[in-house]
Amino acid sequence: MRIDLFIPCFVDQMAPRVGMAVASVLERLGHTCEFRPAQTCCGQPSFNAGYWDEARAVAIRTVGVFAGTEAVVGPSGSCVAMLRVFYPQLLAGTPHETAALDLAARTFEFGEFLVKKLGVTDVGARFPHRVTYHDGCHGLRELRVKEEPRMLLKAVRDLELVECDEPESCCGFGGLFSVKYPMISTAMAEVKGGSLARTDCDYIVSSDPSCQLQLDGWLSRQGKKPRTIHLAEVLAGTDA
Amino acid sequence: MTPLPTGSATHPGTDIAAPRLAKKKFLHDAAEHVRDTGHRAFVRKALGGYYTTRDAQKARYRDYEQARDAASLAKWSAVNRLDELLPRFAENFTANGGQVHWARDAAEAREIVLGLLRGARAKAVIKSKCMTSEEIHLNQAMEADGYGVVESDLGEFIQQLRGEPPYHFVFPCMHVRRDEISDLFQKHLGSPPTSEPEELTMIARRHMRRLYVEADVGITGANFLVAETGQISITENEGNARLTAGLPRVHIAIAGIEKVVDRLDDLAVLLPMLATAGTGQPLTCYNTLYSGPRRAGECDGPEEMHVVLLDNRRTEILADPEQRDSLHCIRCGACLNVCPIFKNVGGFTYGTTYQGPIGSVITPHLRGLADWNHLSGASSLCGACTDACPVRIDIHHHLLHNRRNAARTAPGRFERLGHRLFVAAASRPWLFAAGGWWFRKSLGLLKALRPPLLKAWLATRDLPPAPPHSFRSQWRRR
Repeated sequence: MRIDLFIPCFVDQMAPRVGMAVASVLERLGHTCEFRPAQTCCGQPSFNAGYWDEARAVAIRTVGVFAGTEAVVGPSGSCVAMLRVFYPQLLAGTPHETAALDLAARTFEFGEFLVKKLGVTDVGARFPHRVTYHDGCHGLRELRVKEEPRMLLKAVRDLELVECDEPESCCGFGGLFSVKYPMISTAMAEVKGGSLARTDCDYIVSSDPSCQLQLDGWLSRQGKKPRTIHLAEVLAGTDA
Repeated sequence: MTPLPTGSATHPGTDIAAPRLAKKKFLHDAAEHVRDTGHRAFVRKALGGYYTTRDAQKARYRDYEQARDAASLAKWSAVNRLDELLPRFAENFTANGGQVHWARDAAEAREIVLGLLRGARAKAVIKSKCMTSEEIHLNQAMEADGYGVVESDLGEFIQQLRGEPPYHFVFPCMHVRRDEISDLFQKHLGSPPTSEPEELTMIARRHMRRLYVEADVGITGANFLVAETGQISITENEGNARLTAGLPRVHIAIAGIEKVVDRLDDLAVLLPMLATAGTGQPLTCYNTLYSGPRRAGECDGPEEMHVVLLDNRRTEILADPEQRDSLHCIRCGACLNVCPIFKNVGGFTYGTTYQGPIGSVITPHLRGLADWNHLSGASSLCGACTDACPVRIDIHHHLLHNRRNAARTAPGRFERLGHRLFVAAASRPWLFAAGGWWFRKSLGLLKALRPPLLKAWLATRDLPPAPPHSFRSQWRRR
């Protein structure tokens, strides 16, 4: 299959290794990855802040960038939710509504794509560590992705998966919320980060680099041991 | 024995004199509250058991999701036919011997109740749990007119003694420790110290029994108004609402207009859903239908029964098709119980009658978007509330809708400029990539300079160093 990579802007600038890992896993499974350099940001920061007219301009642009693709796959539940759930709302009643719905039907979150679209759970990875999985809220509740990443992790050789006591609690990132209401955001990081750290895991696996930024930021400041790692990076790991 | 405090007159927060200060106060109180880790842990623990009992009850439904659909549909069909159902309820309630009063706003509702108290030559009033009375600040108005008012719900009674508003609109004193309640009762009721919940309940009960008999008027809320039969349905766990409604000469129920449902059958799904979602019970201990005052030949019940139907800007929500479903709310409190914001900032920080996610959605409608939009902003949009809602209100998306409406009507000048610049860059890939390059290269400098938003981040969280190359440049070179 020809897969178009949807690389969120902060992955592009701050976590390029995640994008590379996505491509590496998909290519190992025999698929072709494309990256359309015209893509920029999905517009979620403006959308969430209430500036929908501003966000709409970016949405129309992004729908155009991904026109004619077979499948669009992104390594962020949050940004994928923007394309799949919120673009059709944002562009409802505009001439771009049909195109938005069409793109929504072709857009997938990385782990979900592997399991639901490609029907793969074992990607041939090995990762000899104890890990826990952090559910990002947009993936969990906007895209309803919960079992897929766990199915993928369970198939990884030498990996031990443990659950924390607050698997469905939010890490408190919430985009601009994290800096507009930093005290609440940090209190939420304490709760979720604390719960994840108590599992005594080596890594916290996530499908959302924005949650990773929040959790790592707090864990690092607290001097707590585990760090996050993106699901794609775990799945990219092999013996070779 | 210390006399009863004037109670709600001293409520901090339910009525901010200068509402423009609401956001400032929210930010201040939130910052204070998150530092109180002991309190936060106590509230988390108090709500910890809720998940277990609720999930056990949910599992007893053949299909809980379908029950949510049915409950949502019952409310949807009622809310969309208020023009038909409210007059039908009024007609049937009147036929049952009750009297209906329509209140456009809080002031009218207070006047109606005070008028009824004067007409009844009342001295003492007993009141069971009623959030609409909190909404219209009824206790303060009654006390100002010289009436003695006592809350008969245990949690509300405790809050009244403490001089605080409800912390949570279903669990009013969930933040209060048992030893604090014991101290409070010692001080106000002269009771011996105890840490046994049963004993504390009995102390309040002994105190309360006499008051039911002495009260001339009993005021209650209403969970549902059944249009078909003209009955009022009240859900409770203590039996205090029955005594409040049944013993005094006059019973006044105050209810928002959205409480009406079409048929008695609707309660078959709504009562268990309210209990399951709200408290994790199959049904609450008491569910009573009140069908009018005492009739000829009956030996008990009030001589007069009144219902005050309160609009207080609910029709503004009704006029907004996008957020009309927030009138489905049955005030179960499930969205508060699961909300990470509520659990971390506490009930008082909101400064509203209705706390938590649903309060953040409806308060801007009830009290003005300009002053209360910050509650919609104070959310990570995690959506736990929407998943918990038994009547499927699209709660967290309505927070987005409020943010959008606020940005449209009163945009922050600098904020809008910021988003416009961001969008202008995002519309030009070369500029966006250049901006990204500049950001990566100057991140170290930015960390040292700490401009406002970055400063807020770095106060509690680290930021990783920027990688040398962006994804796009790595991809180009591979």
